[in-house]
Amino acid sequence: MARVLVGVKRVIDYAVKIRVKPDKTGVLTDGVKHSMNPFDEIAVEEAVRMKEKKVASEIIAVSCGPPQAQEVLRTALAMGVDKGIHVEVAGPEYETLQPIHISKILAKIVQNEKVDLVILGKQAIDDDCNQTAQMTAAVLDWPQATYASKIEYGSKEITVVREVDGGLETIKCKLPAVVSADLRLNEPRYATLPNIMKAKKKPIQKLTPKDLGVDTSPRVQIVSVEDPPKREAGVILPDVDSLVGKLKEGGHI
Amino acid sequence: MLPSCRESIKTAVLLVPKFARFDRCVHTVRLKPNYTSVNYNVSRGGFAHLQKQHLYFFRDLLGEHRMISDTIELEKYNVDWFNNLRGCSSLVLKPKTTQEVSQILSFCNQENLAVSPQAGNTSVVGGSVPVFDEIILSTELMNKIISIDDTSGVVVCQAGCVLENLDTAVAEKGLMVPLDLGAKGSCQIGGNVSTNAGGLRLFRYGNMHGNVLGLEAVTADGNIIECLGTLKKDNTGYHLKHLFIGSEGTLGIITKVAIQCTTRPTCQNVAFLGAQNFRKVLKTFKLAKQDLGEILSAIEVMDSATMEFIGEKLNINSPIGDYPFYLLLETSGSNTNHDSEKIFKFLEIALNSHFILNGTVAVEHAKINALWSVRERIPEGFNLCGHLFCYDVSLPVENYFILVDEMKIHMGSLADRVFGFGHLGDGNLHLQIETKEFSQQIKDHLEPYIFKRTAQFGGSISAEHGMGFLKAKYLNLARPPSTVNFMKDIKQMFDPKGILNPYKVFP
Repeated sequence: MARVLVGVKRVIDYAVKIRVKPDKTGVLTDGVKHSMNPFDEIAVEEAVRMKEKKVASEIIAVSCGPPQAQEVLRTALAMGVDKGIHVEVAGPEYETLQPIHISKILAKIVQNEKVDLVILGKQAIDDDCNQTAQMTAAVLDWPQATYASKIEYGSKEITVVREVDGGLETIKCKLPAVVSADLRLNEPRYATLPNIMKAKKKPIQKLTPKDLGVDTSPRVQIVSVEDPPKREAGVILPDVDSLVGKLKEGGHI
Repeated sequence: MLPSCRESIKTAVLLVPKFARFDRCVHTVRLKPNYTSVNYNVSRGGFAHLQKQHLYFFRDLLGEHRMISDTIELEKYNVDWFNNLRGCSSLVLKPKTTQEVSQILSFCNQENLAVSPQAGNTSVVGGSVPVFDEIILSTELMNKIISIDDTSGVVVCQAGCVLENLDTAVAEKGLMVPLDLGAKGSCQIGGNVSTNAGGLRLFRYGNMHGNVLGLEAVTADGNIIECLGTLKKDNTGYHLKHLFIGSEGTLGIITKVAIQCTTRPTCQNVAFLGAQNFRKVLKTFKLAKQDLGEILSAIEVMDSATMEFIGEKLNINSPIGDYPFYLLLETSGSNTNHDSEKIFKFLEIALNSHFILNGTVAVEHAKINALWSVRERIPEGFNLCGHLFCYDVSLPVENYFILVDEMKIHMGSLADRVFGFGHLGDGNLHLQIETKEFSQQIKDHLEPYIFKRTAQFGGSISAEHGMGFLKAKYLNLARPPSTVNFMKDIKQMFDPKGILNPYKVFP
C-alpha cells in the first residue's frame, strides 16, 4: 500500500471578486474569504478514495503559507487525510514564493516521509502557474502523469488517463510518481460533522523551509499587477442595416 | 493566450455546484394549458371589451413599443409560471412612470376595462395572470433605483426592479435587501410587496410589513396615494401602506417602494444536517435558537421524499447521505471567528445529544451556494412533474409535519408522492402532492380537506403565497364572514367598479 502526499494551497475563494492593491504590487487578501484550491480538493478526494479502496496506507497533506494555511489543512483532515504538515512561510517571503520553492519543499518532505505517490492539483486558481507537479517530479527524478482524469492503481504502477488536446491519452507509469489532478478526476465530498470534529484532534506538524534546508529567496520580481481592461459598453442599433454597417466597419464581416 | 482560455472554460465547469451538475437540457415538451376560463368554473365580470379607440388612447400615451398585442409575445404574460393557468388578454401595457400608471388606470376605470397587474409573473397561486381578457399592466419597465442611503440603509426604487438586481445594487453600498427567495432573478419588488412575500430570511428580518418604510400606489381611479416616507417612525394618521402590502394588486398598483435594508453580513456559515425524526428536528431548532442567538438567519427543513424528488427530477443528491429529515441552517454575522466558534459548538452539542445524525458545514461562498441550491432549486422540479398540487400553509411548529403524514395516508394510492419542505423558522410548510396528471377527482379529494385540517391544526391556508386566483374561493374558510365583509367594503372603496385584478383574493 502506498503512502500518499497531497498538496493543499490556500487561495482566495473563486466566488470572491478580486481587487488589485492600489500600489499594483498584488491583490488584496486581507479580510477576503479564502478556501482550498479547487484542484487540490480533487487531489485530496482522490487520495481519500485510494485509502478507502485500501490502496493507500496513509495520506499526508502539505500546505506552504501563512498561519491561516492551517485552515485548509483542517479541511483536508476533515475530508479524510491522516496528517497535516504546515510549512510556514509568511509576509513578503510568501508573496514571492514560487513553484520552484514549493517543489523543493515537497520533495524534501516526500523523502523524509517515505512517500510513494504525490498527487497535486494541476494548478492553483490564484497564480495559474501549473508548474509545481512537473517541477516536483523533476526534483525527485520521478515519472509524472499530469492532467489526470482517471487513475487505476496496480501494485507497482499506475494507469492514468490524461486530458490532452483532441482527446484522452492513457499512460502507464511506475511508482513512485507524481500525478496532477484535472477537473474531471472526481467530485470532492463534503466533510461530514463527525469527521470535522475528529479532524480537530489530528496532528499538524509545523516546519519552516529552513528546517528542510530549502532556500526561498525570490527568483522573480513582481513588476506590476493590473486589472484586466474594462469591457466597453454596448450600443443599441435601430435596425439590421446599421448592424451590418457596424460589423463591416469593425472588420468583423 | 489559448491555454488560459481553455483553463477558464474548465474552471467555469467547476463553478457549477458539485452535486448539482446535471443536464439542463432535459426538458419535457409541455403543451400550453387550457384557458383558465374553460378549466375553472368562473364567469366573466360585466367589464367592457377592448375596442379600437381604447388602443388608440394607449398608443398615444405609451407609443407602440410599450404595448404588446402580438399573440405569441402575449403568451409569456398570459400563462402563469406553473403552466397551469392561461388568460386570454390581448394587450400588455408597459408604463415607465407613476403618471402613466395613473393615466392608464383612470382611463380603464372610466371605460370599465379590467386590469391584471403583473410584476415578475412568478405567482404560484395564479395572482399575476389574467383570468379572462383583462389588460395586463406590466411593471417591467419601471425598474429605476431612485436612491440608496448607505447611512440609514433605505433604498427607494420603482416597483419593477427585479429583486436580485436591487440586491446587487445595494450590495455595492454594503447593504442587503432583507428578502431572499428562490425566484429572486425574476420576481420584482413591487410584486413582492403586493403579495407580502416571505422567503428564506423572514425568520431573521421579518416580513414586508416591517421592512417597507413607505410606498406609492395608484388606486383604480388613477389617484396617486403617496406614502413614500423613509422614516422608521411615522405615526401620522392611518398607516395606509399596510393596505397595499399583501392585498395582491386588488386595491391599487404599487409604483414605488422605500425599503429598509440591513447591513450586509460579512460572514456566513451554512450547515446541512440529517435527523432521524421530526421531534429531533424540533429539538435542533430550539437548540439553534438558544445557542446561535442573533446570528441565526435561516432555518429550513425538508423530508426524505423531497430529497428523492429533486434526486429524480434534477439529479441533485444529498451531500451527506440519506436521512429521514434534513435541516439547512444559516448564520450571518460580522465576525468570522465569533460565528464559527458558535456554530461549531452548537453542532457539537447537537451531534453529541443525538439531535442530529450527520451533517456538513460550509464556510466558503461556493459551498454555501451549493448547499443552498439543494433547497432553493426544489421548485425547478415542479415543472418536470405530471401534475403537482402545491400548498403553502403556516402551522404551529409542533403540528408542522403531522399534516404531511396525514396527507400521505389520506391520499393513499391517488398520489405518486407526498412531500414537504419549508421555512421551519416561520412555521411555513410547502406541502406538495405529485400525481401523473391533473384530475378533478384528486383535486376534490384534496380540497377543501387539506384546508379544513390546516385550520383545525391552528394553521393558515396561505402562509406566504397569497390567495391569488387558485385559493380565492377558500377565503371564507380562513376568515370569519364579518372580516371578509369588511375586506370587501375596503375593496369597494378603493375600486368601486372592481377593475383591479378581478377574480382574485375574494371568492
